[in-house]
Amino acid sequence: MAIRERLSGNEAVATAMKQINPDVVAAFPITPSTEVPQYFSTYVANGEVDTEFVAVESEHSAMSACIGAAAAGARVMTATSANGMGLMWEMLYIASADKLPIVMPLINRAMSGPLNIHNDHSDAMGARDSGWIQLFSEDNQEAYDNTIMAVRIGEHKDVRLPVMVCLDGFIISHSVENIELLETEKVRNFVGEPMAPFYLLDSENPVAMGPLDLPAHYFEHKREQAQSMFNAKTVIKEVFEEFEKLSGRKYSYFEEYKLDDAEMAIVVLGSTAGTAKTVVDDLRAQGLKVGLLKLRVFRPFPAAELAEALKHLKAVAVMDKAESFSAAGGPIFMDVRSALYDLEVRPKITSYIYGLGGRDVRTTDIEKVYNELKEVAATGVVTSPYNYLGVKE
Amino acid sequence: MAVNLKELTERPERLTGGHRLCAGCGASVVARAVMRALKPEDKAVVGVATGCLEVSTCIYPYTAWKDSFIHSAFENVGATVSGAEAAYKAMKRRGRVKDTHKFIAFGGDGGTYDIGLQSLSGAMERGHDMVYVCYDNGAYMNTGIQRSSATPKYADTTTSPAGDVIPGKPQYRKDLATILAAHHIPYVAQTAPFGNFNDLHTKAEKAIYTEGPAFLNVLAPCPRGWRYDTPKLMEITKLAMDTCFWPIFEVENGKWKLNYKPKTKLPIEEYLKLQGRFSHLFEEGNRHLIEDMQKEVDRHWEIILERCGEK
Repeated sequence: MAIRERLSGNEAVATAMKQINPDVVAAFPITPSTEVPQYFSTYVANGEVDTEFVAVESEHSAMSACIGAAAAGARVMTATSANGMGLMWEMLYIASADKLPIVMPLINRAMSGPLNIHNDHSDAMGARDSGWIQLFSEDNQEAYDNTIMAVRIGEHKDVRLPVMVCLDGFIISHSVENIELLETEKVRNFVGEPMAPFYLLDSENPVAMGPLDLPAHYFEHKREQAQSMFNAKTVIKEVFEEFEKLSGRKYSYFEEYKLDDAEMAIVVLGSTAGTAKTVVDDLRAQGLKVGLLKLRVFRPFPAAELAEALKHLKAVAVMDKAESFSAAGGPIFMDVRSALYDLEVRPKITSYIYGLGGRDVRTTDIEKVYNELKEVAATGVVTSPYNYLGVKE
Repeated sequence: MAVNLKELTERPERLTGGHRLCAGCGASVVARAVMRALKPEDKAVVGVATGCLEVSTCIYPYTAWKDSFIHSAFENVGATVSGAEAAYKAMKRRGRVKDTHKFIAFGGDGGTYDIGLQSLSGAMERGHDMVYVCYDNGAYMNTGIQRSSATPKYADTTTSPAGDVIPGKPQYRKDLATILAAHHIPYVAQTAPFGNFNDLHTKAEKAIYTEGPAFLNVLAPCPRGWRYDTPKLMEITKLAMDTCFWPIFEVENGKWKLNYKPKTKLPIEEYLKLQGRFSHLFEEGNRHLIEDMQKEVDRHWEIILERCGEK
């Protein structure tokens, strides 16, 4: 029987970690992810897990210790936010290049500067080329489920990549919601025993990791790493299906909400999807053919599937909670627009950057986007491709 | 405990030939000596910070290390190896690892005194059962002889060049062994490859087989950076000790002990004159710089003698 609980996002993630009982957790406090190692160290102190908890002196060392531990053959987890991930930066690339399936809840927070502890996606979006799988969560339930599935996805023999489980700082991390937990035994059976193909503590077969890799081989290694990300697409699907059998909760690369017969839609990820679904319902009641696509898997990017799901629309708005400073729209916008390029007939598309540094996103903001889409759909002309939503200008 | 060098050298090499370190380089001598202190039946995980030792011993698809090896980045070998050690504890507890593994981190002075100091300090403070070995050649040799906080005062490096106005590095070197001793870890020692390697071997063995964190600071001359004739490696090392530039001591559970006292303390210029990086000190009008260096060596030596209860 599933367990009904009321947990904050951070506690949901920490609970998943407790049920997984990883070999090593190395973490450093940073708002709003601090509670994750805090809860976890309590589990350790109370003997609820027998994980080695390494209270490192920085996030750089957190990821370095995770790399050392995962290379040694351990199942490893950590958690961080924003600048913490920023300090890990060089190590993110090394974790993925070394094919180490570390799982890291990333409690999304705005990157400094100026200093801001509130939610946006500038941390995760900045790391989109680091070779990590990136799963996004709309609510506590998804954060919990993603954390459990991340282990299986990352550790799969065809993947062997680290996984970020993204959830919105404060909005999800600190909000208490109803949640359905799996029994610990079921979680343990689902994740199984860690099986590294090569590891430092293999007495019979010592290995060397992290060599100097000169031009004769580096490119081939990057190509092989890229293949892991291609493979992850298949594996993610398989793990989602298996998880559905276990939990009854169905996941896919993205969720389509009232999209089938829609003429216009927004593409969004994270907690804003919840707000936007209410707006979709309200506008539908007024007779407007609106829908929504919520991305769950951002890396690998489900480009072909996305194009297929959006191809019948007249107009699409892509919502980015991060500014990539490209002067050509937000990061998700650029990927979605690129995904649509191969279609014979493409929807018109606009970029909305919103909610930076924890700026509230109201239903009226989302309505504004749909109203502007209505104009684009009607005229077939995009007059304002790059927009900022909810900013005081 | 006397060491039989001949017997020790019959132990199988754990850092094999074929690596690409320079002739006359101290780093490989130090690394081999440290690895030799492992009991042959024990396994090891060796971590190396980015630097000469790393780029010369593990070039894909080859490794000169017989044991498991990991390099991740420059400033974090302390944290990386501490993670491997944490994994060992967990996996041993859970029955997934049976053999005894020892954890040894190597970093140059750049990766240890400077960019890796925080990671080293954290790993030592957390009490991981590991040894951190700094092979101190007194500059960023891998990138082409840039000054570090371990570079001696007045040394000519590519970022502290001896110019017409500034005579090499303006600052004294950092006393890292004392900083590590202040972590109150079970074992800290300063040593060098000299004599029959008794001192280096004994200290490496103690460091590896003392439970908890241990730190070795080992002088590792660099022929490229110091500009000496490669066969002079051992001679220069000996002069570093006989001039008291590089005191040989250990701090065991907080107790300081001097392990080498030269019969006759030689003037610092004996050490300096064999090295091209100090050649400008012997130019006319620079005598006072050598005197200044002598004063600093004497000052530091007195402190060490006092700590070790030698006066």
